[in-house]
Amino acid sequence: MTVQAVPLPVAAPPPNRRFRVRPSRIVLNIVLAAIAIFWLVPSIGIAIISLRPNGTFEQSGWWTVLTAPAQLTFSNYQHLLSAGFNAGGVLDSLTTSLAITIPVTILVTVISSLTAYSLVFGRWRGRTTVFLLIVALLVLPLQMALIPVASLYKVVDNATGLHFFGSVIGTIIFHVAFGLPFGIFLMRNFYSGIPHDLLEAGRIDGAGEWTLFRKVVMPIGIPALASLAIFQFIWVWNDLLVALIFLGSSTHITLTMYLYGQTRALANNYYIISTGAVISIIIPLIVFFAFQRYFVRGVLAGAVK
Amino acid sequence: MAVAVSTSDSDPVAPEGEILPTTSKPAGGGGFRSHLGSLLFLLPGAVWLLIIVVYPFIATVVRSLYDGSGQNFVGLSNYKAIFSTTDIIVSLKNNVVWVVLFPFLVTFFGLVFAVLTERIRWSTAFKTIVFMPLVFSATAAGLTWASIFFIDPHTGMVNAAIQGVSNAVNPPGLYPVDPTSGQTVSSLAATGVQPGPGGTLESKTTVSAGGTVEMGLIAISPVTLQQNGATTATVPAAASGAITGLVWRDFSPTHPGVRGQVLPDEDGIPGVHLSLVDLTGSSVATTTTASDGTFKFANAGSGDFRVQITANNFQAGFNGIFFLGTQSLTPTSTASPTLQAILSLPIVDIAMIIAYLWIWAGFAMVVIGAGLAALNREVLEAAQIDGASEWQTLRRVTVPMLQPVLVVVFVTMLINVLKIFDIILNMAAPSSQAGAATLAVDIYNEFLSPTGAGLAAALAVVLFILVVPAMLFNLKRIRG
Repeated sequence: MTVQAVPLPVAAPPPNRRFRVRPSRIVLNIVLAAIAIFWLVPSIGIAIISLRPNGTFEQSGWWTVLTAPAQLTFSNYQHLLSAGFNAGGVLDSLTTSLAITIPVTILVTVISSLTAYSLVFGRWRGRTTVFLLIVALLVLPLQMALIPVASLYKVVDNATGLHFFGSVIGTIIFHVAFGLPFGIFLMRNFYSGIPHDLLEAGRIDGAGEWTLFRKVVMPIGIPALASLAIFQFIWVWNDLLVALIFLGSSTHITLTMYLYGQTRALANNYYIISTGAVISIIIPLIVFFAFQRYFVRGVLAGAVK
Repeated sequence: MAVAVSTSDSDPVAPEGEILPTTSKPAGGGGFRSHLGSLLFLLPGAVWLLIIVVYPFIATVVRSLYDGSGQNFVGLSNYKAIFSTTDIIVSLKNNVVWVVLFPFLVTFFGLVFAVLTERIRWSTAFKTIVFMPLVFSATAAGLTWASIFFIDPHTGMVNAAIQGVSNAVNPPGLYPVDPTSGQTVSSLAATGVQPGPGGTLESKTTVSAGGTVEMGLIAISPVTLQQNGATTATVPAAASGAITGLVWRDFSPTHPGVRGQVLPDEDGIPGVHLSLVDLTGSSVATTTTASDGTFKFANAGSGDFRVQITANNFQAGFNGIFFLGTQSLTPTSTASPTLQAILSLPIVDIAMIIAYLWIWAGFAMVVIGAGLAALNREVLEAAQIDGASEWQTLRRVTVPMLQPVLVVVFVTMLINVLKIFDIILNMAAPSSQAGAATLAVDIYNEFLSPTGAGLAAALAVVLFILVVPAMLFNLKRIRG
């Protein structure tokens, strides 16, 4: 199968029926149930640790709640949220993460669509070369850009008095750049499936490219845009490296930086780490369960990154 | 809600279609205007990529030829430094460990899960559960798994499980002595006691029926004594025909310097397993001390004996493996420390690979599952009709047909772990950070160092070169 075809699971006949029921099927169910439990335990564990009082992590395992559920409390959450939106608090980090992730998601989807449109429906020469260049960029380690971009930001900052380095803006710009190759790749593959005749009809009727893009191509592309947006959102939300580089000197830090900072701060602060981890997971989980189908599609198409 | 990728998608992301639309489409209307128009659409993406990706790429290559300050051209000496600095070679080694183990394991688990879930009714639930960790950051997942691998068996799940098994097989004594932290059994001897054979303690003097023995120990924790129900030590009374005695904590908080006397604020040591041994060293009777530390061997018989405190009293329990520390799975050898560091397989690498599998197995499962759903069912059914077993069908038909998908998953994961970064920062203990570092971690650390920019750039170029084969693979695949 080629990339284009990270084939979308076309409706296959329900596979189960081919097999007869055997005792081995019971064993299989038990084994898979054990695996499923194994996969759930870490998430359950960290959630329960966050719901136990400060100091209990060092004394007993979280599984003791099975026999003593009375110890569960929201005190860690109250403690973390009591810092409010002040810098250094978990809510400030939450808003910083959103302030980065949302603009990046919007910019990547919009710019990718425009570029992909040009690559598919444009008539300029060299489109194939440009597309292959973008495919090459898909796996480029972002480490190849950190040092020059940081220097570039500092030069611009010194010249203009603005703050790109150490700011949300600078982080956004970097994330967008490294989100674009995948975005363009995904959108181009989708637009390639739109019949050119559809646009030709519009062109004959006198519609401009902008109109065709907005009225014809964008609406058709919504499922792919949704996949891209969700994939991009989670990708940026979970980033640590770019944030550490470009926000390392900032007072407003992302959630992943907040968590990483806690691991370096004190030995006995698992009550903060676990609670912060759960808070950081909530939004991706909501996105995941709300848009699971789109996320899965993005993942399937993203089997290159 | 369904990870159920398999059905009812009417609007696929990647529709089958021409791979590279050619310019031979009907030219239609438009002409110059739309030609320019569509080129304008390219502008924002192109400018962004040129400034933040393409120019920096070239600048990094150039930068790698300059020293830390960026002022002096140094040729390839940053690259020489990479391959002559032990810490960086250790990082390259860790990259190799990840690359050798992880892509293979994750593809294997993905295949197994994808195949097995086709045979159960609750496959959607299973897929959702296994797929879910993919949305967790490596930071949050790393911290979660750090708690699971926590060293203390009371709180770390893995160590708790090992302790459970270990205690069942090899129960610890009431007064464990941990040799790994430098404790010895002989250091407990205070009064009337000497080290005996095989990690035992025994009475200094011999005793015969009607006699008494007092054996004082020190360095026994009062907390342990309290847990074992110790009461104030009482001086044992002689009993005819029996050997009686006392095992006590020969330490008085009020008279800390006094040894050899049973003082009123000294406790007996309860639950100590004792053996009465004759002068040839064979055991003739056993007993256990009472809460006040006294004991009695009734009907001692004739002859001289020693009272032995058996070794199992001091048997250390399982205290936890520091999975996230500096321990190595490779044995220590006579090789130089540098060579050992380079060849070592750190246990923390394995712990992190397990955590990372937990995140990514769902990805492999879903991609391979999609490939499985797209397989030609007729071929599979033909194999079954021809009498192939499920296993034969899997090995001889399904896996070979799936090979392109398996390769895609493998390569994707390979690229992913070449750049592995955040799980290391968040999971490895501070003590093992250096031993667990990878290229990406080194790049970050050199970036932060005031004189590290040249080396960081060279490391980035090395990382890029490692990714090039995967890049070519993708290009080849996409050009068809």
